[in-house]
Amino acid sequence: MARRAGAVRYLHRRSMLRDGRGERSKVASGIRTSNNPIAGGGLISQWFSRFRHQWQLQVMIAPGILFMVVFNFIPIYGLVLAFKNYTVVDTIGDSPWVGLDNFRIILSDKYFWDSVWNTLGISSIKLILGFILPIILAVMIYEVPWGPFKKIVQTLTYLPHFFSWIILGGMMISWLSSNGLLNQILQIFGFQANTNYLLDAGKYWGIASLSDVWKEAGWGTILYLAVMSNIDPSLYEAAEMDGASKIQRIWHITLPEISGMVTLNLILSVSALFNSNLDQTLVLMNSQNQPKAEVINSYVYRMGLTQGDFSYATAVGLGVSVISVILLVATNLLSKRLNDNQSVL
Amino acid sequence: MSKVKQDAASVAPSRRIRHSSVTFTIVNCALLVVFTLLIVVPVWNIVISSFSSSKALGRGVAFWPKEFSLDNYTYVLEDKTMWNALFISVAKTGVGVVCHTLFCALFAYPMSKAYLAGRKLYSAMGIVTMFFSGGMIPTFLLIKSLGLLNTFWVYIIPALFSYYDIIILMNFFRQIPDSLMESARIDGASEWRVFRSVVLPLSMPGVATIGLFHGVAQWNDFMTTKLYVNNEALYPLQMRLYDIIVQSQAATQNANMGHLVLDTTSRGVRLSTIIITVLPILVLYPFVQRYFISGSMAGAVKG
Repeated sequence: MARRAGAVRYLHRRSMLRDGRGERSKVASGIRTSNNPIAGGGLISQWFSRFRHQWQLQVMIAPGILFMVVFNFIPIYGLVLAFKNYTVVDTIGDSPWVGLDNFRIILSDKYFWDSVWNTLGISSIKLILGFILPIILAVMIYEVPWGPFKKIVQTLTYLPHFFSWIILGGMMISWLSSNGLLNQILQIFGFQANTNYLLDAGKYWGIASLSDVWKEAGWGTILYLAVMSNIDPSLYEAAEMDGASKIQRIWHITLPEISGMVTLNLILSVSALFNSNLDQTLVLMNSQNQPKAEVINSYVYRMGLTQGDFSYATAVGLGVSVISVILLVATNLLSKRLNDNQSVL
Repeated sequence: MSKVKQDAASVAPSRRIRHSSVTFTIVNCALLVVFTLLIVVPVWNIVISSFSSSKALGRGVAFWPKEFSLDNYTYVLEDKTMWNALFISVAKTGVGVVCHTLFCALFAYPMSKAYLAGRKLYSAMGIVTMFFSGGMIPTFLLIKSLGLLNTFWVYIIPALFSYYDIIILMNFFRQIPDSLMESARIDGASEWRVFRSVVLPLSMPGVATIGLFHGVAQWNDFMTTKLYVNNEALYPLQMRLYDIIVQSQAATQNANMGHLVLDTTSRGVRLSTIIITVLPILVLYPFVQRYFISGSMAGAVKG
């Protein structure tokens, strides 16, 4: 009853406002439109009248569309720079085409290959540890029987995820300095330790990858723990009845239950093999560890923004993202094959 | 047969299992304590180092403050540029969170309606933005041609839109019963009014989650400054900290190559700047942690 009264009031108000067009504006709000396709007219004109009747919704969505066109699609178009010879005086449009010249130069650029090698080295350590450690941690946290302890461990291990790389980098420079925490601890155990680890290029891959794992391992457990909280507890009870030990229960129940999430994370981290962390590199790199610290992103940054070779830097960036997409598709195909043709993506 | 045997013997193995599972729990918890300490002790070391005198820092500080002093903090807080950087950080976080959240919510509300004309196209566009981008150089040239270089708005405008956040918000908006929105419309509310008075208030947890994530991102962001801003008056704390770090790194290298430059004063200053920069996160984090966790799950389930 109340609804009907409301409808009458609504129509009345509409007709007052819209000069007797109340009946038509009734379809203005969406649901009714979809339930009552307007009779007559082809599909296209039907679509347009639907569009017109939802003009309010379309107005709300317009700023976002405009944003995507300007801030996402124009830069994607800007990738044509990679095939041009762009100098600061040109616009993207009228700089001359050079075809694949930039890519040809890349292939013989020693510094580019150094940066690829460094990126792969750091990423591989990160991939192995950063992929396995969160799984182990999640299982361990899941097995804690005492709520408050669990809560404290989670809170403290998630924390570094929220540090910026500038903050963490500043902390690391202090820990790894000649009289920093690491050397202090080594001295407690009787070692003669006073190196500044960041000035030792040979240690850079380890430092870069381990610090990343340190920062993200705790946070990486969240999704596993969410999946685990949905495991049917009767599975564990049944296994316990059958005399399965804790380790057996983890191996035969917990791990199979989270395998979907494990595969998903594996695919994502393999496709991130060529991703490099510009924030981290800019803080931790110095003139002495640079040969081991320069990664693809920092090379693009240096070539493009510091040295002004925009076309070349764009070509490097484009080449690497194409390889990343190929990796993503390839790992997804592979896991599909291993996973009974079920795609996890 | 074997089942009967098992039943008969079930008491003994279960006791053995219980015994072994107690051992398991103890070892498990001990390892977790070790892991947690691996995170806490280094951070603690930074905190206490920032309260130590520069002389003590030169000799090394491990687990407890040596020669307690507030000099590092007074030095930093007397610096006018630090206060300016703090103001920029607070302003860009505050303005950024409000603008980003509203902008995303405004996009997510129509997108949460299945009957929206053109929805397939819009969502395809959105997904493209999640996976492809022009990369560093084309984006830089765009920002430059828009005249956003060296303006405050370069912190806000390019960060307005995130399709990932929009997916999370759409999930929240879809949970609102249609009847509520419908009755508002029957009462003559425009779509904008429905959005403002029904949808937004009812999805506050979702909106808060997005706001918090973006708040942390804004507070922590230094790349925007590094790439697009070279006017020191617009430097946020993170960039100030980066400058201090880079300068002192250069000094350490000189010292290492034979020039004796001791930069222990600046090390204390560096550490207290780190603590000041990270303090808002440390203080707020325990209270808002659950939003972060639920938010990261909401995004993953769909995305």
